[in-house]
Parts: sequence; C-alpha cells; structure tokens
Amino acid sequence: MAAALGTGGRGQEAGQEKQAMQHKDPIAPERAEELKLKAKYPNLAQKPGGSDFLMKRLQKGYFDSGDYNMAKAKMKNKQLPSAGPDKNLVTGDHIPTPQDLPQRKSSLVTSKLAGTHGQV
Amino acid sequence: MAVIWCFSQVKGAVDDDVAEADIISTVEFNHSGELLATGDKGGRVVIFQQEQENKTQSHSRGEYNVYSTFQSHEPEFDYLKSLEIEEKINKIRWLPQKNAAQFLLSTNDKTIKLWKISERDKRPEGYNLKEEDGRYRDPTTVTTLRVPVFRPMDLMVEASPRRIFANAHTYHINSISINSDYETYLSADDLRINLWHLEITDRSFNIVDIKPANMEELTEVITAAEFHPNSCNTFVYSSSKGTIRLCDMRASALCDRHSKLFEEPEDPSNRSFFSEIISSISDVKFSHSGRYMMTRDYLSVKIWDLNMENRPVETYQVHEYLRSKLCSLYENDCIFDKFECCWNGSDSIVMTGSYNNFFRMFDRNTKRDITLEASRENNKPRTVLKPRKVCASGKRKKDEISVDSLDFNKKILHTAWHPKENIIAVATTNNLYIFQDKMN
Repeated sequence: MAAALGTGGRGQEAGQEKQAMQHKDPIAPERAEELKLKAKYPNLAQKPGGSDFLMKRLQKGYFDSGDYNMAKAKMKNKQLPSAGPDKNLVTGDHIPTPQDLPQRKSSLVTSKLAGTHGQV
Repeated sequence: MAVIWCFSQVKGAVDDDVAEADIISTVEFNHSGELLATGDKGGRVVIFQQEQENKTQSHSRGEYNVYSTFQSHEPEFDYLKSLEIEEKINKIRWLPQKNAAQFLLSTNDKTIKLWKISERDKRPEGYNLKEEDGRYRDPTTVTTLRVPVFRPMDLMVEASPRRIFANAHTYHINSISINSDYETYLSADDLRINLWHLEITDRSFNIVDIKPANMEELTEVITAAEFHPNSCNTFVYSSSKGTIRLCDMRASALCDRHSKLFEEPEDPSNRSFFSEIISSISDVKFSHSGRYMMTRDYLSVKIWDLNMENRPVETYQVHEYLRSKLCSLYENDCIFDKFECCWNGSDSIVMTGSYNNFFRMFDRNTKRDITLEASRENNKPRTVLKPRKVCASGKRKKDEISVDSLDFNKKILHTAWHPKENIIAVATTNNLYIFQDKMN
C-alpha cells in the first residue's frame, strides 16, 4: 500500500516530533499513528493525496495498459532476438491477453438473498 | 432513544464462506417503502415486497418477501483500454410510481439501466387459431368462433430493461440521483457529472468536469453527488478532500464554478498523514426537507445547514476509538472503506454503519446515540436488540467489547431507512437484516 514517491520536506517536523516523544509530551493520536506508519515504511510519500495515489484509484482492472501494450509490441516483433531464454517463459512474466483469460461467466445462479435457506 | 429496535428478518446464506458475487453493494427502499431493493457484486438485483398488514397480528408490520430478482449487469471487457468492467451494482435509485409498473435505475461502473418491474396476473385464453399450449391450430378445423377472455393466473413479476445509458463515463460511476422533475437524473464518476433525460439514451450533458488539463495536477476526485429533493436546479457533490460543492444549473451550462462551497476549517496542529484520507467524504444525502445535508467521512457524520458554508451544524462521532488505530487501518486498507449514511423519514435520526457488524444511530433532538449489532444470535422475531458498547482503552466492563477484538472484515457499509415507518434495512457482507421498532 505504501506509495514509493517522496515529495520532500517533512523531515524536520519528524525530528521535532521525535524530540517531543523523548520529553514525553502528549502527542495527538493521529500523529502517533503517523509516526508508527513512517517507522514501518520509511519510503512513504509525504503527502498521500498526491496525483499518483488518486490516479491509482481511478484505474481498476486486471491490466496495466502500459504493460499490455508493451507485450503486444513484443509479440509483433517475434523475429527480434531476445536477451533471455524466451523458450522457457516464466509464468509470472507472461502478460495475459483478453484471449488468454477464461471467459468470465456472469452470475447465472440466483442470489442467495432470494433463496429460502437461511431466511427468517 | 424512544424507539426500541427489534429483530424482524434476515435474508441470505448462513454459511461463513462468502462467494464474492453475494457481497451486497447497495440497499434502497422505494418512495412508499413497500419495496426494498438490493444490488450485489454479481450484478444481481433482488427486490423484496412488504406484505399487507395482517389485521390479526397488530403488533408487527408486514414482512418483506422476495418479489422479483434479475440479472441487471454482466461483466464486460473494454478492449480499447484493456480493463475489465465489473458487474457490481454500485447504486439503485427508484423512480416515483406513475402507473401500475415500478421503475428503478441501477448502475455499475460504466452503464446505467432503467428497469421496469411489472406484474402479470391475468392471461388471455380461448384464442381461435392457437391451442392453450401455444401450438397453432389448423385453420380448416375451426368451425365456430369465440371471443378470447382474460382469466386470472398466478402472479408473475417481470423485470425488463427499458433504457440503457452507456458510454458516457470514462471513470467509475459512484452515484446516480433522480431529479425532482422526475424527467432527468445525474450520474457522477470520479471526475465528471452528467445530466440525462430518462427518455434519451444516446445523449447526455456534462455539467461538472474537474479533470485537470495535466493529470499530474490531480488533487481531488468526486466521491458522491445528489440532486436537491425539491429544487430541480440544485445538486451537490462531495470530494475526497472533504468539501461539498452546491451547484445551480440555472447559473451556467457547465457547473464547474460552485454556488456554495461547504468546508470545515482544519486545525493545522492536528494535521497528519491521515488527515486528508479520513476527511474524504464517502456519502452525501439531503434531508427530506431539503434544508440540511449529511456527509459521512471515515470517523464521523456531519449535518450541514445549506445556509451555512463554513462549518457543519452538527457532528457525530461514529467510532472515534479508531483514531488511534489509523496505522493498522491504513495497512489493511480499511481506512478506504466507503460507509453510507441515511436519514429517517422525519429527519430527526440519522444512521450509519461501522465495523464488527455494528451500526450507529444519532438522535438529533435528544443528542443521544446508540450502537446496535446485526447478528443472527438473537434472531427470533421481536427480540429487542441490545445496545453495544466499545471500550476504547482501560478496563473493559462486562458486555463491552475492546477495540482490538473488533472484526474489521464485518463492515456495515449500506443501510436504509423506510421513508415513513421505523423499519430499517441493514446489510452485512452478504446478509440483509430488517429491524422494526417494537409496537405496543
């Protein structure tokens, strides 16, 4: 979940907060939680509301279209020599295409809300 | 609180192994409260109908039983963008009833559909050229003529899609709202709001567009939108930054400039990494009167007077004890859960869900609040629901539950209140609970 981008500048604040902890000043619960999170993920972005964060939210779905288009381009140029052992494609590197996906069956089963089992 | 809530009914499977398709994604009463619709992740709609009140059983109102069920949306694949389009029903909104049939709008991420639900309780019999089973009769064998008549048959409820409003949203639809003119409705996605006419499917007007010219400058998204219940020119939309904008369609065709901006000033000393995330508004609902609106953010419910933009008039803490758990709630993604909220018919009580299958009600007049649980434990009809209490810290009293024991997988995101009666529908992950107030 931690976004890897940093946009700078809160280092000084964190230092001051650490000092506050040493002097046992009361910290607002939200701040304490923030310090916990930053201790676990030191590379966390300073501002969670950034455009990358939101853009991730805007796009749902199985594919990264960038990966998909790159894979399509690769497949077109099959005659180009590839660096690695292309005969033994690691499953993890295989970019699926719509044709590869099993056809998603729509829910032909009636909703359990409409059934009688479990109804009171 | 004056109302004593009792268990009435529960719908859905008992087993703990929940199929993803069975996850309830929306719950909505129709305008009379006689019908209750649910939508799920599998794209299915189930409509329950309240039975006519039984005169002999005066201490309970009618039960809700299955009236109709149909597959509203199916999964699709957008080949152009290499994206799968989920069939999950995001919202259902009922049209006010105009004739014998019922109409509702249901939407997934990309497509809105107008469904007609009609009853058939008669069928024609006695055709001259057709047998009763539908086979055609040889015309040469017909010696006399008769007039076909309608005879009663077992009630059949049919759902048919009457309009399909597609291809108008690049981003994911989060809201639909029917205008008080009963002719138009709006649909909102993360960055845009469109205005439709219920009769016209090949065209819609874009009325709000917050997409920046450069996507790198994106700072906020639209999270919910609703038309005013009485003023057909007014609508509001909420954002991921905790603001609500009220727009007047008479001012201009494109309502990018708000007429009012509702925002509570932030205390800069309280700002943290989580501030913006927990201020994101997950739901906005006008009161029935149209004078107020309610917003739900991660930890609270706020009531706003439309005449006052600079702060809410009332704030209710839903589960303040979670403020010191934000780190773990961020790690398990719960901090992004989108809770909805609703008003009772008289706008005196508001309700919203929480975790551990708890839900909360706030009485605006008495300022009292209550926490109840949707559980099969006491599921005999008319069993009074016992109030629950969460112990934030320190010594846990008997009957209290500690914050660390809460089940964060049991979330109540969707609740609905009957427009006229004290009857509520509460959705857990895959079950629908109906509670009523104890009469007599």
